[in-house]
Amino acid sequence: MNKHAPSNLKAEKIVGGVATDQRHDSAHKHVSGGAVYIDDMPEPAGTLHVGLGLSKVAHGVLKSVDLSAVRAAPGVVDVLTYADVPGENDVSPSNMHDDPVLAEGKVQFFGQPIFAVIAETREAARRAVRLAGIEYDELPALIDIWDLDPTRDKQVTTPLILKRGDAAAAIQAAPRRIKNRMWLGGQDHFYLEGQVSLAIPGEDDEVTVYCSTQGPSETQHLVAHTLGVPSNAVTVEVRRMGGGFGGKETQANQCAAIAAIAAKKLKRAVKVRLDRDEDMTATGKRHDFAIDYEVGFDDEGNILGVDFTYALRCGFSADLSGPVGDRALFHCDNAYFYPAVLAKSAPLYTNTVSNTAFRGFGGPQGMIGAERVIDEVAFAVGKDSLEIRKLNFYDSMEAIGARCVTPYHQKVEDCIIQRIVAELEESASYARRRREISAFNANSRFVKRGLALTPVKFGISFTKTESNQAGALVHVYADGSVHMNHGGTEMGQGLHLKVAQVVAEEFQIDLDRVKITATTTAKVPNTAPTAASSGADLNGMAAQNAARQIRQRLTDFAAERYQIPVDQVVFLPNRVRVGNQEVSFNDLVKQAYIARVQLSAAGFYKTPKIHWDRGKGQGHAFYYYAYGAACAEVSVDTLTGEYVVERADILHDCGRSLNRAIDLGQVEGGFIQGMGWLTTEELWWDDKGRLRTHAPSTYKIPLASDRPKIFNVALTDWSQAYEPTIHRSKAVGEPPLPHGMAVLHALSDAVASVADHKICPRLDAPATPERVLMAIERLKKEVKAGA
Amino acid sequence: MAKGNIRNEIRFILNGRDVALSSVTPDATLLDWLRLDRSLRGTKEGCAEGDCGACTVLIGRLSATGLVYESINACIRFLGSLDGTHVVTVEHLRGEAGQLHPVQQAMVDFHGSQCGFCTPGFVMSLYGLWMKSPDPSGAAIEKALQGNLCRCTGYEAIMRAAHAISSYGKVAKDPLAAERRDITTRLQALHDGARVEIGAGGTRLVVPADADDFAAVFEKEPTATVVAGSTDVGLWVTKQMRDISPAIFIGNLPGLCTVTEDNGVISIGAGVTYTEAFSTLSKRIPALGPLFDRIGGEQVRNMGTIGGNVANGSPIGDTPPPLIALGARLTLRRGKTRRTIPLQDFFIAYGKQDRQPGEFVEAVHVPVPVKGTKFAVYKVTKRRDEDISATLGAFYLALAKDGTVADIRIAYGGMAATPKRASSVEKALLGKAWTEVTVEAAMACYASDFTPLTDMRATAEYRALAAKNLLLRFYVETTGTKAPFQVSRSEAA
Repeated sequence: MNKHAPSNLKAEKIVGGVATDQRHDSAHKHVSGGAVYIDDMPEPAGTLHVGLGLSKVAHGVLKSVDLSAVRAAPGVVDVLTYADVPGENDVSPSNMHDDPVLAEGKVQFFGQPIFAVIAETREAARRAVRLAGIEYDELPALIDIWDLDPTRDKQVTTPLILKRGDAAAAIQAAPRRIKNRMWLGGQDHFYLEGQVSLAIPGEDDEVTVYCSTQGPSETQHLVAHTLGVPSNAVTVEVRRMGGGFGGKETQANQCAAIAAIAAKKLKRAVKVRLDRDEDMTATGKRHDFAIDYEVGFDDEGNILGVDFTYALRCGFSADLSGPVGDRALFHCDNAYFYPAVLAKSAPLYTNTVSNTAFRGFGGPQGMIGAERVIDEVAFAVGKDSLEIRKLNFYDSMEAIGARCVTPYHQKVEDCIIQRIVAELEESASYARRRREISAFNANSRFVKRGLALTPVKFGISFTKTESNQAGALVHVYADGSVHMNHGGTEMGQGLHLKVAQVVAEEFQIDLDRVKITATTTAKVPNTAPTAASSGADLNGMAAQNAARQIRQRLTDFAAERYQIPVDQVVFLPNRVRVGNQEVSFNDLVKQAYIARVQLSAAGFYKTPKIHWDRGKGQGHAFYYYAYGAACAEVSVDTLTGEYVVERADILHDCGRSLNRAIDLGQVEGGFIQGMGWLTTEELWWDDKGRLRTHAPSTYKIPLASDRPKIFNVALTDWSQAYEPTIHRSKAVGEPPLPHGMAVLHALSDAVASVADHKICPRLDAPATPERVLMAIERLKKEVKAGA
Repeated sequence: MAKGNIRNEIRFILNGRDVALSSVTPDATLLDWLRLDRSLRGTKEGCAEGDCGACTVLIGRLSATGLVYESINACIRFLGSLDGTHVVTVEHLRGEAGQLHPVQQAMVDFHGSQCGFCTPGFVMSLYGLWMKSPDPSGAAIEKALQGNLCRCTGYEAIMRAAHAISSYGKVAKDPLAAERRDITTRLQALHDGARVEIGAGGTRLVVPADADDFAAVFEKEPTATVVAGSTDVGLWVTKQMRDISPAIFIGNLPGLCTVTEDNGVISIGAGVTYTEAFSTLSKRIPALGPLFDRIGGEQVRNMGTIGGNVANGSPIGDTPPPLIALGARLTLRRGKTRRTIPLQDFFIAYGKQDRQPGEFVEAVHVPVPVKGTKFAVYKVTKRRDEDISATLGAFYLALAKDGTVADIRIAYGGMAATPKRASSVEKALLGKAWTEVTVEAAMACYASDFTPLTDMRATAEYRALAAKNLLLRFYVETTGTKAPFQVSRSEAA
């Protein structure tokens, strides 16, 4: 990219506008090792390093904390405890004051940070940590939620209740009823770059923190809070993260605070970079759930009423557990209309790490409850689950009737799930393969195949209304090159690229004229975390708004300068038609600069229409929905429970995609991540509350060889957002993740074959080979007992 | 060969430059050195335990077949073990004018990176593969990438890129191919036959000149930490921060790196990597091939040794059970004294092996099953590849002419404190007709052989059940059923 090369002034289209496939802006740096992550930045001279002292019990009073040997260790400069936190010793993102930076008086989970060693090298800090003498008075620890009472046991925050109609009466009156419970495991983010922060002290109360965070504004506010300084003293910057997936929304704050506190105290740059084991032990994960369900239905398989309780393992503090539980309830319908529904969340306190945001944010867990209910109904009435799914869908947008209201009383106005499922059923040859699989299973003694097609409807918007706002800052320099900044963060999802495409489109200039810059709280304030799939929706709009302001000024300037009406100023590729003549964009900018036109603008956007009354459990919680469906086929070895995914087909709705190449990557990656969550990724705590799967040697995320042998992924080429989103595109970060459900249900289908599809396998997740084999054994026993 | 010489520095080539290091601690890792000392920060730390592959670099070394480049994990590779090698990092791939290497360009064009953090590791693994096999099959790519975790892409785009690399450039024109002769010469010059000794007192490392030298050194310093592939000892350092000084590095040591066959017995030197050992073993004992494909990732197979897998005595090592079932024997050496014992007798109890101070595993001798006998090994894991066994069963069977069991050896990992024979099960089968009825009856005997544990990999119940079922699988397989009896990645869909 030669920035000095003249732009193509004859082009019919700009290079890199919206709805074009562009490579990730950093791809050439990713592949050559030149992309700079926080730990790759040149360290200021004298940079110190942090080692964290973690609790060795799950719950206890800190009887004595002897850090003298730690202090005396080689290379140690200082040791911090809660007493060294100048502001409030709390990084609770939900203002619950329950998330200490460093434990004070007691510890509430195995792995909770108690002290921080600051040393000349990271190795010296890590070695010194081990010399601490800490005595605990151990207290009884709650580890698992399975045996807790969702109504009576301690909760970390207020539960949510969604209610429409009289579910109890509807279930009671239904011809058939089923009541049961399922288990759904959590998930570690396993971002490849662990938590890392580098704090550089400034003058007076100032500090700059380079932090791998999805929410720079929140990191800024919480660092300020812990330092006891106003937010204007703290600048947080992040160019890129090595993956986030929700794990750096709130979980980055603790490391950032520790780095900043140490940097201010010692007046030296301080870096915190967690070792993988520490990262997995000390930072939150996707919530595991115990889902109680009762469903009333008729002999056809129509659901008449449902009652759900979603109990979630929150860990020791609230963090984002409230909203995560809420989103689970928001998705307890997935794509299905419930004539009557009661759904409750139970955010349970446990002595485990505080669970947090993870791609989907409770939504996928909610949907899995819905899909279990579908399976129960299907087995009860003896039909293919897909038939039951189709029977219970919301009304399609072309034929909206009474079956369009969600459990939270929002009308589903944009439902396209019917068309998506119909197209996928066709392209994946569902019916034919269903027959083939039956024939295969009849002839195969040990290997059984399974097939499933599952839908996804995912609500887009933060349910916390104030988060649905974004800012951007766009400068056009006198040479016509553009500097773009916004509040969103880059974690691999191609957000910066998409927003740059939007800006290029507004100015009608080639993409390489738009400079992508690091996200910093000093340029755009008070931003929402890059989460809830909202990055492009919100920041694209804000950047568009900024660009339009400048374009308007250029238009006004050109009209005045060339004495023509404003409608005769037209932005063409890399040039502007001004009446009868064309001026290059760069020349027009130069002229505008000389004429003292402001060429910088702050843009802003807030999502319209949305409102939400949590107390009532009613509102227009989502601006719109994203849809998709997945079909998976598996082979299961019934001797060991091991399996392979033979094939997966996905059809996903991104509206009018801003960049299909990027969106395809999101769909493929989301599916595999969802599949991992529901298959091999198992979090395992021992009876002392120690997470024993705290490294990739024991925690197994999918490999290349776990991909479906045949993998067909397509985006709908006909859909567009029902609402005026950025260029009618739809959010794509989270919605593809629950497509992994298709694999869980295909496994369940294979298991069901050992009992001739007469018994609902109730296969819990993650469906490890062990869970699959044990489900097979259970079904075989039930068949024997029934025979 | 200047025998008896002692050198006080490690010498190797880093990308284009010669490096000589005289102050190296035994626990210094290649990754930290690259990032902290050399500011080569393209190589990333993802897990510091050799599992995620973000730190993948290539190591060129002189082998029996000439200069070979292999992917390894820099995070658990000790600097002291690099003497006489060529270290190639991602920074070495771009051309002089800054142009991307074919592997890199393919990854860019096919959207193979998202967050980009794992990407340099993928590039290096794919580079290693491409040099060996420019137009690899999907299965070969997947195998080469078993040790590389990506959390963003779902791998599909990376696979597309991998398939396209050959259309971006020719291996013959690659810089490493072009420099081959020069690098070979330079590496040969580094192999001066000297023993390397660095450090004193609490931090000391030794790289013996050859196997005899190692025997002498170890006999004198029996408390030293012996490091072959460092796929285990590496974690003692990065995770447990254990002191490994004095350390003796025996990877690629002359005299310990040979694979020979004599009279139907394959002898594998203790320094032979999985990759090298299995290139012979899989050919001679085809049933071992699928197991090899599921041990660690490519980087670990390029580093780890069978000698190490045996010597560390782990109850979940993947090679001892099949080797025991095959009737392997072990040569132990102390100074100039050698003894050879049945492998199964080596494992006494958890953490306790039949090895005297100063004694080391020199070689493993594996009899090739004679024609007509049956042999199989099955690994059961949570994730198919790059995972540690929940249980692993190995079966050797010789049938008499009348169809009765003339000889049977069944050995398991993950079922007891050591790799262990299923002697009651064997007893129940010996002399009986090899039928499903006999097998089912024998399956009841597992409970008297094993009392497995519950841990994060599996519950005791699952281990017991799966282990038992493996015998049934073996039976079905040996009786030549046409029906598919286990799922596999390579089986046509």
